[in-house]
Amino acid sequence: MLSESAAWLIVAYPALGAAVLLLGGRRTDRWGHYLGVATVLAAFIVGLSATLGQTGLAPDQRVQHTPLFTWLSVGELRVDVRLLLDPLSLTFVLLITGVGALIHIYSVAYLADDPRRRRFFGYLNLFVAAMLLLVLADDFVVLFIGWEGVGLASYLLIGFWQHKPAAAVAAKKAFVVNRVGDLGLLVAMMLMVGAFGSLDFDTVFAAAGSNGGTATAIGLLLLLAACGKSAQLPLQSWLLDAMEGPTPVSALIHAATMVTAGVYLITRSHEIYAAAPDARLAVALVGAATLLFGAIIGCAKYDIKQALAASTMSQIGYMMLAAGLGAAGYVLAITHLVVHGFFKAGLFLGAGSVMHAMHDEVDMRRYGALRAALPATFVTFGAGYLAIIGVPPFSGFFTKDPIIEVAFGTGGPLGLVLGTAALAGAGLTAFYMTRVLLLTFFGPRRWARQTHPHESPPTMLVPMVVLALGSAGAGLLLWLGGRMAGWLAPVLGEPVEAGTPHAAWGWTALVLSVVAAGVAVAWLQHARPTRQAGSWLVRAARRDLYGDAFNEAVVMRPGRALASWLAGPAERDLDRAVTGVGGTVARGAAVLRTAQTGYVRGYALWVFGGATLLIAAFLVGW
Amino acid sequence: MSPESYLYLSAVLFGLGAVGVLTRRNAIVVLMCVELMLNAANLAFVVFSRMHNGLDGQVFAFFIMVVAAAEVVVGLAIVMTAFRDRRSSSIDDANLLRH
Repeated sequence: MLSESAAWLIVAYPALGAAVLLLGGRRTDRWGHYLGVATVLAAFIVGLSATLGQTGLAPDQRVQHTPLFTWLSVGELRVDVRLLLDPLSLTFVLLITGVGALIHIYSVAYLADDPRRRRFFGYLNLFVAAMLLLVLADDFVVLFIGWEGVGLASYLLIGFWQHKPAAAVAAKKAFVVNRVGDLGLLVAMMLMVGAFGSLDFDTVFAAAGSNGGTATAIGLLLLLAACGKSAQLPLQSWLLDAMEGPTPVSALIHAATMVTAGVYLITRSHEIYAAAPDARLAVALVGAATLLFGAIIGCAKYDIKQALAASTMSQIGYMMLAAGLGAAGYVLAITHLVVHGFFKAGLFLGAGSVMHAMHDEVDMRRYGALRAALPATFVTFGAGYLAIIGVPPFSGFFTKDPIIEVAFGTGGPLGLVLGTAALAGAGLTAFYMTRVLLLTFFGPRRWARQTHPHESPPTMLVPMVVLALGSAGAGLLLWLGGRMAGWLAPVLGEPVEAGTPHAAWGWTALVLSVVAAGVAVAWLQHARPTRQAGSWLVRAARRDLYGDAFNEAVVMRPGRALASWLAGPAERDLDRAVTGVGGTVARGAAVLRTAQTGYVRGYALWVFGGATLLIAAFLVGW
Repeated sequence: MSPESYLYLSAVLFGLGAVGVLTRRNAIVVLMCVELMLNAANLAFVVFSRMHNGLDGQVFAFFIMVVAAAEVVVGLAIVMTAFRDRRSSSIDDANLLRH
């Protein structure tokens, strides 16, 4: 059993791996990917032993601060680098390192032919290390380092195939959109320093309770930050483009690391939101809007990875909605996040396996009838499918169903709106996932004659099987006896019963019938040959519901116009000032250059003149 | 004779040396003029030493002699080398560094 003082090893292992792989150069090409896998596995083992150590403790002792060193001390502000080990951060550590390790193993085979594989593993390790630092931080400054590190790593990974212009553009887009969100976190931190004089979690949370106005402002700014990382409205546009990166990256971003950061931030700051009901309402509304937005896009996409990405957006929307519902929702948000980590990673790795078999074809219109050619992929993908649409006893059922119930349980018109959105989202999820499954694995074969789909190597299949088992069983395991709620209680407070009347079976039946309706509609629609043209909604969804067009019209073009308007006079006057200074210096130099005759006597005369002047100055009495 | 007279002599010697440095082209003569200036300074130091009843000036004069000897060794070596190189000891010819 490792003591909590070894907690820094969790971050240090992957960070060390990234350093060795990125600084070591070509010397590490031959064994670099094994080191990448080993460091994440090592971090997982340390995290697991820390978790086992905590389960043996009494609940009130499960929050452990481990100081590392004092980073900076400026006036009143003092920033200590400390790690926070509590059930919430350890849950994330296990998810990040566990799912992350599986994705690493899968990548060994998936990128076997890529000449830059070693670099890829360096970036993956960096991603994992940054995310671990983010969740283990005990104050907002250290969290911010991890936050930015995740942004950097995602930029490097999305643009990993940099020879493709689309990948480079997507990486830049992800980075820029995330910066907008980061601005929220930065301003929130400034507010905290200004209002509370500290960035420490405990101090800030304690102070926020007594200051509703500031708490609301901070809460809204943190929501902006979370929107950037978790691809929520209005900062959702980078997520679909991020599919340009290699598929394991998509799995890592969507299941274990980046997009979970926003949900983590909101949940970690739940005491701020407790003091700011308005900000919490905003979280719930953003979540509800995004879950519908993502689900509608998912219904229309033909690119298998983009359909899954839209699904992630929608599922994260569920988590945000749950987090916005307050005490009853936080545990559900985290539990849904954990099981989503399993099934979404499994789905993405399955999609990667299909692409591997189909020579990187991503258009589902060229798939079809793959269940015979790829039986193992079909079964594992099927497990993820059943989990995400929420069929009992697969994991999604145990988290999505309660979220819908709690949303309805808010009561009043608000509860009706949020609940209906969540319920409609469940139906849409069933529809688009069934569509993906049917287009890919069923129906007539639509691939070219020279394509010979073949099952992936075991290095890829084993992680997929493990994730499929997780997708199938994790929900039941976590749900049994309120295990997850009890485990998270030291951080999130004792579980609160939802306000729903205890006709829970009625709600479940309603949700399941909506899901069944979604499946049925998809089945009926795809029993016939696919139609090319769709309604206006389908056409809009295929273009990401005009998210990019909106950004371009509202932000990019006015911004560019403003910049060029500002740049005109600035460039003219600045140019004049700069060339003026340069010209003066040049003219002065031309004058002084004539003094450089190269004659010793000339220089001696200067010396004499200077000395005479000095003596004269002394004599006059300056 | 009052000590001030020696100071005037020192000033005259210094001025002669300075004019020599500034006007003569032959490097040897320039070095000799520098020696003249140094000796003028030495004379002034000794006179001050006498006027103020201290030995500081005398000590300074000794130091200057030592430094001057060292300077002449280096300076003459340079002049010799330059002369061997270009058959001329005119300091106006030694302006290569300008180019």
